[in-house]
Amino acid sequence: MLAGRTAAQAVSPESRRIRRLPGRLAARLVRWVRRGGLSALIFMIPLLVVFGVFSWWPIARGLVMAFQQTNLVEPAQWVGLDNFRKVLADPLLMVAVRNTAWFALLALIFGYPAPLALAIFVRELRRGRGLFSVLAYLPVVLPPVVAILLWRVFYDASESGLFNTLARAVGLGPFQWLQDPRSAMPSIVLEATWAGAGATMIIYLAALSGVRSDLYEAAEIDGASIWQRIVHVTLPQLRTILLITLLLQIIGTFQVFTEPFLFTGGGPANATTTILMLLYNYAFINGDYGGATALSVLLAIFLGLLSLAYFRLTRGWSTT
Amino acid sequence: MTEERGLISAADRRRPLVRWTMAGGAVAVLALLVFAGLGPILWLAKAAISQPNDIVARPLELWPGSPQWHNIADAWSRLRVGSALINTVWVALGNWAVSVLVATTGGYALSILRPRYAKVVNGALLATLFIPGVISLVPLYLTILDVPIVGGSLINTYWAIWLPAGASAFNVLITGRFFAQLPAELFEAAKIDGVGTFRMFTRLVLPLSGPIIGVVSLLSIIAAWREYLWPKLVLPDRTKQPLSVMLPSIRDNVQINLFMAGLLISVVLPIVIFLLFQRYFIRGAGLTGGIKG
Repeated sequence: MLAGRTAAQAVSPESRRIRRLPGRLAARLVRWVRRGGLSALIFMIPLLVVFGVFSWWPIARGLVMAFQQTNLVEPAQWVGLDNFRKVLADPLLMVAVRNTAWFALLALIFGYPAPLALAIFVRELRRGRGLFSVLAYLPVVLPPVVAILLWRVFYDASESGLFNTLARAVGLGPFQWLQDPRSAMPSIVLEATWAGAGATMIIYLAALSGVRSDLYEAAEIDGASIWQRIVHVTLPQLRTILLITLLLQIIGTFQVFTEPFLFTGGGPANATTTILMLLYNYAFINGDYGGATALSVLLAIFLGLLSLAYFRLTRGWSTT
Repeated sequence: MTEERGLISAADRRRPLVRWTMAGGAVAVLALLVFAGLGPILWLAKAAISQPNDIVARPLELWPGSPQWHNIADAWSRLRVGSALINTVWVALGNWAVSVLVATTGGYALSILRPRYAKVVNGALLATLFIPGVISLVPLYLTILDVPIVGGSLINTYWAIWLPAGASAFNVLITGRFFAQLPAELFEAAKIDGVGTFRMFTRLVLPLSGPIIGVVSLLSIIAAWREYLWPKLVLPDRTKQPLSVMLPSIRDNVQINLFMAGLLISVVLPIVIFLLFQRYFIRGAGLTGGIKG
């Protein structure tokens, strides 16, 4: 901010400027401090240090490292697009992309309509809304690691496993759940949906309280049934928030790591290896930091575009 | 109850079909939520005091044949769940202190003091919101190994978790928006009375920002229980690991009932905190739907 002002004085002759500069700078500094510039900077310091070192700097460094080869011992070497070529040629990448997309699709099928229906119903209850919300939110409160370790017990593949016992009660099973390549991913998504649905429901409940009641009244006077009111009033009124949760869910599922890592370790036969697990293996198993950052840049570009859409939507949302 | 009408009107509610559907639906949904929301926790509590054989062979038994209350104490001391819980609490406290410090001072500087470069800083914060965290996972790890400028490694220190936890743009932005909504006349009046920037912060802003500090506190404390990958990477020392990292690592080597007792111990605090501060949780969840103050 000081630089801008000194540049404006370039009209004065060179020699005078140099002679007066220290004095002018000092005067400017004093004025800056008097006007609260220094105290503002002091309040800004924690933010600047923490974000500078642990957010902005790593992001910039990641963008650079994607084009370098480094083993942390010798100085890093520029390798151009080699890291990207190597990552894109990795046969596991396509497997991981397919698995991650499969996860995202299943998560939408399992987890997108149910919280909405639940929220619309709970909103219409005259009593006990709080109790319903608390019960729905309880799984969200459990630490993910604990929930996963608990569900691993539920998914016990033996005949006396909890879910197999329940399945037998309705004449099904026993299933191999996590050990079968076909059912491993749906099993993981089922747990993830259970763990996340409560939070989505709360978001919808908050949005539903903003739906204008005069619209319902007008629709009713026009003879719209309850179902028609849901389709023609509730859902259109929620469309922005519905799009936002859709985007948030996709962005979230493309970064899924803990669930497949702790449920199956990526198996059986790579059926649950996700993009982030591949990235983890690149960086922390093979020590290939260049390849890992190249992969994360690719993923970040994809997610960045989605987040951009999200950001645009939320900006519009707060004004409507 | 006198409240605004919703989707279903009072006239609808007088129709028997609607009334019975709502009543039946309420019972069914409640049963489903109890089964799915409360069920697993109750099952965990039962398994924690069962014998290993009962858990494996008869999972649907409602009450263990002979309750093994000592499982809890055994898990606490023999599996080191107690010390891991203390580590988790320590991580949570540090997360909390750093997050609240950064969010309140940063929010104050950005939204109330507003120096000229605030716009640039704001833009840089927003950018981190939609640049996904994935991109910085590896370089952040390397930064922890060798911190720029000051040098040295933060591996196996809790600072490696606390400091990155403070770099939450979401926390700073919701705090800033909250401050921006405080009445501007208050600050002008204080300025005219000659109240300095620091006293304005401690005497005026902080006392008014209880709700938002509550949300930021909860988000940062709960993160200590939820985080897995990051603490696993930066705390390889087993004696320093929080519950989320320690529990998966011992799973295959311990008796299942003691392990269940360990899981139970690790969910008690999050559930109690949730039940005590429900309103903040619900508000926080609503906020994640959109950055909206």
